[in-house]
Parts: sequence; C-alpha cells; structure tokens
Amino acid sequence: MDYVTSDREGQRTLPTAVKILVAGGFGVGKTTLVGAVSETKPLRTEEVLSEQGVGVDDITGVEAKSTTTVAMDFGRITISDDLVLYLFGTPGQDRFWFVWDELALGALGAVVLADTRRLDGCFPSIDYFEQAGLPFIVAVNCFDGARRYGLEEVRLALDLDPGVPVVLCDARSRQSSKDALIALLQHVMKGRGLSRTPEPVGY
Amino acid sequence: MTKPDADPRWIDEDAGPVVRPYAMTGGRAKPTNRFNVVALVFAARPAPPLEVWMVPEHTQIIDLCQRPLALAEVAAHLRLPLGTVNVLLDGLVARGLVQVTDPRPAATLPDDSVFEALIHGLRNL
Repeated sequence: MDYVTSDREGQRTLPTAVKILVAGGFGVGKTTLVGAVSETKPLRTEEVLSEQGVGVDDITGVEAKSTTTVAMDFGRITISDDLVLYLFGTPGQDRFWFVWDELALGALGAVVLADTRRLDGCFPSIDYFEQAGLPFIVAVNCFDGARRYGLEEVRLALDLDPGVPVVLCDARSRQSSKDALIALLQHVMKGRGLSRTPEPVGY
Repeated sequence: MTKPDADPRWIDEDAGPVVRPYAMTGGRAKPTNRFNVVALVFAARPAPPLEVWMVPEHTQIIDLCQRPLALAEVAAHLRLPLGTVNVLLDGLVARGLVQVTDPRPAATLPDDSVFEALIHGLRNL
C-alpha cells in the first residue's frame, strides 16, 4: 500500500484518516462487524488506566488494583491512497468513559449494534452518543433464532430521536455490515451543519 | 562535558537514567501530547543509531512508520498500550524524528467529498 503521494516539490501529503465507532452491549457482535468489513482481521490495542481514569464507578472489591487494562479491537479499510477508514469497537465495559472520550474525539459517527434479546445492552452507548452530540445509527443485529421485532418497535423501545435511522444488520456479513456503515455515513452527511461539535462527556 | 561535535539534541547524564516505557507510564506519568488513536505517525527518515535518550521501541516506531501508520496500529504492532506509545512519540516528535498528524474533525471537513468517497469506496469493496 503506497500511502504517501509526492508533488513536484517533493512535499508529502499524508492520507486522510477517519474513524467510525462500533458500539453496543457485551457480545452483541462489535468485533464481528469490524472483522467482516476490515481488510485484515481485527487488531487489538490496549489502554492502561489508573484508578483515577476509571472514574466514579463502583470499584468495590478491586480497591487494591492500581491500573486497569481496557482492550479495543479495530480494523482498517483503505478506501484509496488518500483516504483510510478505521473502525473501532468501543470497550464493552461501559464505565471506561475516559476511553470512550478518546475514541469519540474526531470520529465521524457511530454504529450502535443492538440485540433485540438484550436491548438494554445498547442503552449506555445511545446515552453516550446523544450526550456527546456524535451522530449515530442503530443497527439491529439479526442473530440466528433471535426474535425479530419491527424496526419501529425497536425505535420505540429505545426512545430514539425520530431522526436516528434504525436498520437491520447481520454483523457476520460483509455486505450487510457495509450497508450499515453506508447508512451511517449518509445520516452524518444529512446532518452536517446542523450538529454541534462532539465534546468529551465522561471526565 | 559535551564533546564539540556532539549532536545538540543529545541528552547528557544530567537528564537522569533512561527508563523503560512501562516504568515511565505505570498508570502515573502522563504524555505531554495526547494524540488521537487515528493520528498518523510518519517518520520522514530512517532511524538514527540508538542515542542515549532512546529505548529500542523508539527505533521500532521509526522503522514501522516509514509509511504513515495510525497510532493505534503502531500500538498494536508493538504490543504496547496507547499511553505508552504516546510517551514514546513525545520524545520522537520533540526531536523531529517523526511527525504525528491528528485527523481533522468531521465538523471542519470543507464539504461532503470525504463522505462521498467513503460511501463510494465501501460500495466497491
């Protein structure tokens, strides 16, 4: 992959890197979706947090622990020599808001994966993105044997703003995951100029 | 004392011991810069011979980033936490050995061309 282009003066132009977050409850298929569309299998990176970074959560039982490691899976899609898209799965533990803030900073938007059997799993993600002003869509992951609810039922259950798209998605399918990302990008484009700049909310 | 031909960027013995990055962070020390996880790290030149202030991971980063690579990818390749890589980058950026470019926030993108390119690119994947 040749990222760097040179003009005649020999000056280098770096590609544009953009990122989209993939959020949702534990085990909802975030890493599966990242893997389905990425050009390589998902990479893993870690953040080490001090107790201070963990915030105001209940840490009963882990008082002696001075640091916590939060893992994030991510993937890359090279759109062109000039444009690279990164997909980041948000850490499943919703209490690590510090990491969420770091991931959300500069993100184009988020796909919140929802499992209709455990719909409450995506509440924290939705709350977070609403508060942060980061555009998002909800993608209902169609698991085998999962009871299918109508998209409007899901919208009602999640108390979503009427402008937030709700789509069906099979996180194992490349095509279906691509469609979810495209739906998000179209949603972000539509809202450009109307939205405010995302701000960190977790500190 | 500094030798007359010594590189001025060198840190002398007054700078104290070189500490392993794990020890440098340890959940306490904070990097001066906090780069975005998709900030692009790019080393314009090959790695210099190991200098006093450097740890081998500095050289690894320079080697890895002869083409631009996102910070998260650097961290994943080196199997180091993001915070540690931020600390390591501080030293490299201060000496001009790598450049780190944060992405432009979506709100400041001048038009829809990036979105259109992304949608087009995804469709053709």
